[in-house]
Amino acid sequence: MNNTTKIKVDNLNLYIGKQHILKDINIEIPENKLTVILGPSGCGKTTLLKCMNRLTDLYQDVKINGSIFIDNEDILHTKTDVTEIRKKMGLLSQRPFPLPMNIYNNVAYGLKISGRRNKKALDARVENYLKQVNLWDEVHDRLHEPASKLSIGQQQRLCLARGLAVDPEIILADEPTSALDPISSETIERKFEELKQQYTIVMVTHILRQARRIADYVVFMYMGEVIEQGPAKEFFENPKMDRTKSYLQGAFN
Amino acid sequence: MIKKIEEIFFRSLMLISNLLILFVLALILLSIFKKGLGALNWEMLSQRPHGGYYYGKEGGVLNAIVGSLYLSFGATLLATIIGVPVALFMNVYLVKQKRVLNFIRFLLDLIWGVPSIVYGAFGFTLMVFLGIKTSLLAGIITVTLFILPIMIRACDEILKTSPLGLLEASLSLGSTKTETSFRVVLMQSFSGIITAILLSFGRAIGDAASVLFTAGYTDNIPSSLSEPAATLPLSIFFQLSSPVPEVQNRAYASAVILIIIILTISLLSRALSKKYHKNRI
Repeated sequence: MNNTTKIKVDNLNLYIGKQHILKDINIEIPENKLTVILGPSGCGKTTLLKCMNRLTDLYQDVKINGSIFIDNEDILHTKTDVTEIRKKMGLLSQRPFPLPMNIYNNVAYGLKISGRRNKKALDARVENYLKQVNLWDEVHDRLHEPASKLSIGQQQRLCLARGLAVDPEIILADEPTSALDPISSETIERKFEELKQQYTIVMVTHILRQARRIADYVVFMYMGEVIEQGPAKEFFENPKMDRTKSYLQGAFN
Repeated sequence: MIKKIEEIFFRSLMLISNLLILFVLALILLSIFKKGLGALNWEMLSQRPHGGYYYGKEGGVLNAIVGSLYLSFGATLLATIIGVPVALFMNVYLVKQKRVLNFIRFLLDLIWGVPSIVYGAFGFTLMVFLGIKTSLLAGIITVTLFILPIMIRACDEILKTSPLGLLEASLSLGSTKTETSFRVVLMQSFSGIITAILLSFGRAIGDAASVLFTAGYTDNIPSSLSEPAATLPLSIFFQLSSPVPEVQNRAYASAVILIIIILTISLLSRALSKKYHKNRI
């Protein structure tokens, strides 16, 4: 690929207790592209994603060897504060988790904690990011209602907006459409297509059709190993490994 | 058919135990109010005990009302300031150390079961060590220690239900664990925390044994932390011990006052918790 690499995972091994969850992971995720981590349930894709913003710090008995370079900084062995690392990345989880506050503050939260308090500037940014995720028209007259009152699809878009509001460089998405209805899913997918101009997006999915629709680059995982990776076109049209071929033919699902 | 019988059987069982509990509670309340309301008057609420009060002379239990309020508000405040951060620490910072957490929970459950008179005795040795006399301060410290395990465990049980995904979401927005604790996790569980505070307040105001040696008893209203303070439960005890039936009825009246205080606090906190409940996800 002629693109620069944004995230480079180097010989990553992860154990939970005695279980070997991720085995010798080596991947290079290109900048400003949409990379899909594809694979059947339980193959370690979500764990890999959580390594990238060190949410694995929160889990018991996790042992990690290897490196993850983001912009040439090894985030697993760095003196940089983990909070600073996480600021670079927005996270979209399987199920939306809006913060227990109103819609406005959900988007403003990240801005407020990084010290921006100017009311007018905040208003403008909240409006801007809610518009970016096509939510503004639906909520502009009830910004001060609890976020929990929104539908799941709206909540997921709100979570995207609040993630974008802190100016990340990378968006990590863990099956972001799995809890959503088809229309909301499509909105998120289309949004991702736009966002990849400015952001490096890493999306985990087990839905093959979704990967075919939107991936630029594909990493295929199975049982904790990376089986194959490459540009989407090549990967889907001309897979090299047998296991990839049988997965693409639907043998695993 | 057998399922239907099973359903009817267990439903009636649950209904009966419900009614039984309600009946017992109603009976307690009824007997307290029956004996107490007759003796309850403005004098009881507005005056301190005069000389010979416990033998049927005039006066009221204002000393105990004020003392109890001072003591339980003070203790609940202290326990909240200490207990809520402890519970937050357990559920945000220690979230991955399950074994440590289980051990802390086990210890707290253990000291929850310690009888309050033991706290009273411990408070007393603490007073001797610190060189303070029976006083409001000593009472507040002892009662704080007594309600802390309740406060922490009750908060902990509520914070435990806050989903891990919410913690992850907040952290990935670049907030520190402290910001996450106070702005997100606490807010998510706020209505439950209020219930925990209320529960602790109820224990604090209702306990007699822990304050017996520590806050002491007096017919005066304490004007500073270093003076002894009367409490309603002890006041009830002393009035009940009186040989004069009229004074015994005043004990029930004092119990009515205690119940009304708890009821008021309970209703207020419910209103407050409702206000914060709506933001919960």
